[in-house]
Amino acid sequence: MTVNRRILVLSAVVGVAMSLGASGSALAQDSLNNVSYDPTRELYREYSDHFAKVWKEKTGRTVAISNSHGGSGAQVRSVNEGVPADVVTFPLEGDILGIQAAGLIEPGWQSEFPAQSSPYTSTIVFLVRAGNPKGIKDWDDLIRQDVQVITPNPKTSGGARWNYLAAWAYELERSGGDEQKARDFVAEIYKHVPVLDTGARGSTNTFVQNKVGDVLIAWENEALLSVKEFGAAEYEIVVPSVSILAEVKVAIVDKNVDANGKRELAHAFLEELYSPESQQIFARNFYRPLYPDQVDPEALKAFPELKLVKVGDVFGGWEKAQPTHFDEGGVFDQIYSND
Amino acid sequence: MSKGVFKKSVSPVTEPPAVRYLLIGLSILVLAVFLVLPLVTVFVQALQMGLWQALATFSDPDAISAILLTLLVAAIAVPCNLVFGIAAAWAIAKYRFPGRSFLITLIDLPFSVSPVVAGLVYILLLGPFTPVGAWFLQDFGVRIIFAVPGIVLATIFVTFPFIARELIPLMQDQGTGDEEAALSLGASGWQTFWHVTLPNVKWALLYGVLLCNARAMGEFGAVAVISGKLRGETVTMPLQIELYYQEFRALAQVSAFSLAAVLAGLALVTLVLKSWLEWRYADQLAAGNRGH
Amino acid sequence: MTRIRFREPSIIPGFRLTFGFTILYLFLIVIVPIVGLYMKTFELDWPSFWRILTGSRFQAALKLSFGASLLAALFNVVIGLLIAWVIVRYRFFARRLVDAIIDLPFALPTAVAGIALTALYVPQGWIGRLFSPYGITIAYTPLGIWIALVFIGLPFVVRTVQPVLEDFNAEVEEAAATLGASRLTTIVRVILPALLPAILTGFSLAFARAVGEYGSVIFIAGNIPRQTEILPLLIVFRLEERDYAAASAIAAIMLTVSFLILLLVNLIQSWSNRRFGNV
Repeated sequence: MTVNRRILVLSAVVGVAMSLGASGSALAQDSLNNVSYDPTRELYREYSDHFAKVWKEKTGRTVAISNSHGGSGAQVRSVNEGVPADVVTFPLEGDILGIQAAGLIEPGWQSEFPAQSSPYTSTIVFLVRAGNPKGIKDWDDLIRQDVQVITPNPKTSGGARWNYLAAWAYELERSGGDEQKARDFVAEIYKHVPVLDTGARGSTNTFVQNKVGDVLIAWENEALLSVKEFGAAEYEIVVPSVSILAEVKVAIVDKNVDANGKRELAHAFLEELYSPESQQIFARNFYRPLYPDQVDPEALKAFPELKLVKVGDVFGGWEKAQPTHFDEGGVFDQIYSND
Repeated sequence: MSKGVFKKSVSPVTEPPAVRYLLIGLSILVLAVFLVLPLVTVFVQALQMGLWQALATFSDPDAISAILLTLLVAAIAVPCNLVFGIAAAWAIAKYRFPGRSFLITLIDLPFSVSPVVAGLVYILLLGPFTPVGAWFLQDFGVRIIFAVPGIVLATIFVTFPFIARELIPLMQDQGTGDEEAALSLGASGWQTFWHVTLPNVKWALLYGVLLCNARAMGEFGAVAVISGKLRGETVTMPLQIELYYQEFRALAQVSAFSLAAVLAGLALVTLVLKSWLEWRYADQLAAGNRGH
Repeated sequence: MTRIRFREPSIIPGFRLTFGFTILYLFLIVIVPIVGLYMKTFELDWPSFWRILTGSRFQAALKLSFGASLLAALFNVVIGLLIAWVIVRYRFFARRLVDAIIDLPFALPTAVAGIALTALYVPQGWIGRLFSPYGITIAYTPLGIWIALVFIGLPFVVRTVQPVLEDFNAEVEEAAATLGASRLTTIVRVILPALLPAILTGFSLAFARAVGEYGSVIFIAGNIPRQTEILPLLIVFRLEERDYAAASAIAAIMLTVSFLILLLVNLIQSWSNRRFGNV
């Protein structure tokens, strides 16, 4: 009967499709999920290829790396709610502490890798439109009447939290340590923000594609990448007088790797971040390498000298900064209405 | 000047030629701008750096696994809805019972639900922090949300009515005469279904499968909410298009449109097959789809 | 005494199997998740629900989503009528092609439509560049949202009106003409009223689809709160913040509106069935 045959053909097609799907995942012997933050899309694309080569040389096995990107605050919640992350590569310690609090990462992860598990750093600068039409030079220009500021949502984005703290540190220093003044200053900046995207990449797109706003408070790497991709005729970078040292953090998600027997692979993935080749990759992608001496000096010229404060010195570390400023009912909730 | 010709052109049941041409021209213009141009754009953007760069997209492991995952999801979702569509049409069209039209309304419901809401309802029901989600995860080690099962579920939801709504009106039109004859000649229920009902509705079935598949492969909102966006793992083609689109590499833009071009090609094939079915088997499709 | 039966007797087997499966599948896939959404929303106390409802961001998104969808659906009624008329009434070159291409928005994935429309309407795009000299920006403004919603809603009115127009009895038109009605009068007073139920159905479907649309809009919308942020995007944003209560409250409101629209469509259809026979 023709109908029978058609059904047979249909089920054959289905079968082929399903086995294709199965073989797709069976092809790679090892797999690793890296949950990361928003602007590292290009970085981890390159690094994953590099690591796959290293792993192949070392073990003879192929590895498929899945990278997931988004605002780090949102990513933390995804991991806590079940996105199967084997390693996390986040922009700040507070993010990983959030996963530790959910019991997925064991305390003491900071000492698992060199430099407090911080293989590279970055900082916060301003990206303005070519010619700097609004004449923005420093943080206090952001609260001028005619200036619109683009920055992501500190609730969902790690970079946005660095932006917030950098602004706070600037005003705190200028006012000689007046917390109230710093708070008012930061609150005033957010009055100039028309859109809080959920991640740094979303904000960059708002600024460069949608052409909204006069200044983007951006990751240094994101600003340099924008100038590289869109040209100096479109954008320029303004370096403020004070900024913050953004210490990114990496960690193994203990509970997940132990459940899947992936600890060795996860460890190798993060350890390789400290190799000279990887440090080169960071510099090429505009992240400040941990070991500048291992990197081509030419690549380091992109990074300007500026005064960088540390979260540990000004805010008492992330254990304190996160609940005070960003958790439910914290300072940010008090100064910004999102409803 | 011949009066006859003049009279013919102002026939009382049509419009003057000038008006006709104007309306035809206007329609074609609107369709060209609103529908054809976006379609052409996809291919032009994909080829902006040459065919090789466009094809290079398909050597990216992320793109390959996105394509495979999309095929897998469609290969599960479409048969599920196929079985449901047949069962629902059989129950609704071959019997009379109260609440039939209400049942049809319920089946149509997913059409009017926002895809984002479709994804959200499953997160609320099956997320790892819900009782059901925790049960699956702990007792079976099966992750639903942020994993392939969730993507499949969300896809089933948004494509839920496609096949049923093609079959129900057609089987209602066809009535139960053929089946009754077969049964009275001694055929079993299954035999009647295979040899009588199915041949009667096969083209409508194919029509429904076609539309269901197009939507299943192209679904974005519902899947985006539920996927977790692990590249190479839980990213379908439409999601991979978005990921490429958000990357700053010029090549990533080409990749976004190259992958989009594949889906646009699928859409064109769907349209061609659909038109062919409407033209060739108009009498065997549901009333709304009869050839024009 | 006869037993009261749920269904009328029939010799055709398989009712229990098919009916049971249909109900089970419908419950598992559609009903239970939707009930779950409402239950989640009811966990909210009134003040919190009220705060979500009166939040400026929600209200702006509500107005934008419904306003832009309304305008797009209205435009689609005009365009849809025109196209359905041309396809049914006139014979011209490429008529079949035109007929086939109308369903493109149903077949083209929304994300593909989204990036394609954006590429067209940005100031450097093929269409955007025609407007930018006059200071009109389309992409990343409410106008861009409207364009995307017109795109995805275009087939609805055409496809609901077309079959009715095909079945329309030409004798009625001839009678009107014989009685001295002008062509325009015939169209407005005789043909349009008969098409009205189909137009209303098509309008409602296009409107409902537009309100819920996500994929094709988010690329071309600026996604700026209180300006170019649509309701579905606000839900996604609340989800990223893990504010499940707010996300489900907004979703429940949208869902309720969808139900009402669906109810309206059904009412229109049963009304027109009574009035005009089967449509």
